[in-house]
Amino acid sequence: MKRLKGLPSKLWLILLLAFMYLPIIYVVIFSFNDSRSLTHFTGFSLEWYEKMLDNSTMMESIYYTVVIAIIATVVSTIVGTITAIGLSKSRRAMKETITQINNLPMLNPEIVTAIGLMLFFTALNMRLGFMTLLLAHIIFCIPYVILSIMPKLRQLDDNLFEAALDLGCTPFKALYKVIIPQIKPGIISGALIAFTMSFDDFVISYFVTGPGINNISTMVYTSVKRINPSVNALSTIIVLAITIILVIVNIVPMIKERKKKKNEELA
Amino acid sequence: MKSFRRLVYPYLLWAIVFIVLPMLMIVFYAFTTEGNSVMTINFTLDNFFRFFSDSIFINVLIRSLKLAIITTIICIFIGYPSAYFMAKLKPNSQGLMVLLITLPMWINMLVRTYAWRGLLLESGLSPEIKVYIGMIYNFLPFMILQIYTSLSKLDQSLITAAHDLGCDNKMAFLKVTLPLSIPGIISGITLVFLPAVSSFFIPKLLGGGSYVLVGNLVENYFVTTGDWNFGSAISLIMTIVILISMYFTRKFDYSKEDR
Repeated sequence: MKRLKGLPSKLWLILLLAFMYLPIIYVVIFSFNDSRSLTHFTGFSLEWYEKMLDNSTMMESIYYTVVIAIIATVVSTIVGTITAIGLSKSRRAMKETITQINNLPMLNPEIVTAIGLMLFFTALNMRLGFMTLLLAHIIFCIPYVILSIMPKLRQLDDNLFEAALDLGCTPFKALYKVIIPQIKPGIISGALIAFTMSFDDFVISYFVTGPGINNISTMVYTSVKRINPSVNALSTIIVLAITIILVIVNIVPMIKERKKKKNEELA
Repeated sequence: MKSFRRLVYPYLLWAIVFIVLPMLMIVFYAFTTEGNSVMTINFTLDNFFRFFSDSIFINVLIRSLKLAIITTIICIFIGYPSAYFMAKLKPNSQGLMVLLITLPMWINMLVRTYAWRGLLLESGLSPEIKVYIGMIYNFLPFMILQIYTSLSKLDQSLITAAHDLGCDNKMAFLKVTLPLSIPGIISGITLVFLPAVSSFFIPKLLGGGSYVLVGNLVENYFVTTGDWNFGSAISLIMTIVILISMYFTRKFDYSKEDR
């Protein structure tokens, strides 16, 4: 009886996963289609992968997405870490002010942040393009980095820092040797969030970029008017890359854990 | 250690320039008309009158709200059982399910919506239904994960206690599990409703341009028409509507807590 009881819930979860993965499976299958059709699979071919490699707009969009994500991650992680450290020692009013301002882009609809930045850049006479796109990504990434580092700083023991000073460290050496290593998990997760936010962003990028500069999202959006199965090929590669990364990230610690357990059992 | 306080000042300046100023510019544009130079700034409410005197705009706003509300409700009804069943699984399977649900979220939203476009191309469904499917698909994981987090933190001994005090399964669920998972539902609502109201690429990709929402209006006035003043006014109206809805959601949350 008990086994039967669990059946409907398992079935529900399987249906849920089927729904979640349906479009992904579809994209993978149709990326190998040998005709233009998006509804009939006529035969296997790698045509769309070749077309994708020949398509300069597509290849450029991958390049811009990656370059911008890397620069935005590095800059926003550094700025976010420095700000978070300063913030943890600041007066309450300052903390409140920064938190409230940071909440604006996080709680507002993205499209509002996007048009705000667009109006702002245009008012400054900046030409919309690579620089505005990069700047916008840095702007919306920093609040997330600060948010993920702050909890780690709150757990920090002030005495450790004092001890480092007593032992002859300069404040900045103590910062580097004592505080940074302790908040490292927060910094890493902040950097990861920044990278994914930047990599996936569409709405803000769409409004602040200029002609000729596309990331993957804006490229997909603008190329959608004409049916282009190369988008399926590109999506399949993205799906594959993300799956591999996530599997490695999730499986490696599990294997390590198991090895550790085994070693403990042996010892 | 107090000397580290100074580290905040550069970012404070940065945040005022790059976050606060752009927001103020939207407000400024919304209350002015086109063609104002530095010397002659004309503050006006014309943009707002234009929006509220035209039934087309009002209808778009109502349609967006309706879509966001229905999407949120469906996400709760699909998301709650999903999260509940997930929390009942063995710990290892729970981890796997969380991973399987997060995995699609790592794939670009545009790419996933594009996939649905192909899938539904010859389905014969109305544009409206297609947009609903796209919305639910994109926002459901947020709802599931929020509810799951609040359910997995739930202290199982509370349920045992409820049973000891004479509750059957149904009563224990209604009196213990459900009330304790309300915070998860509320944060799920925030994560679904907010982006759903302002979404513009899902209706555009799946509705094929015939299904216009507030987000599409803003996009049109900024990108196609170039009437930034009216576009700013629309986005301001949208923001205010969202703030009001969020206020009521939160209020509901607190009133539950009071009891």
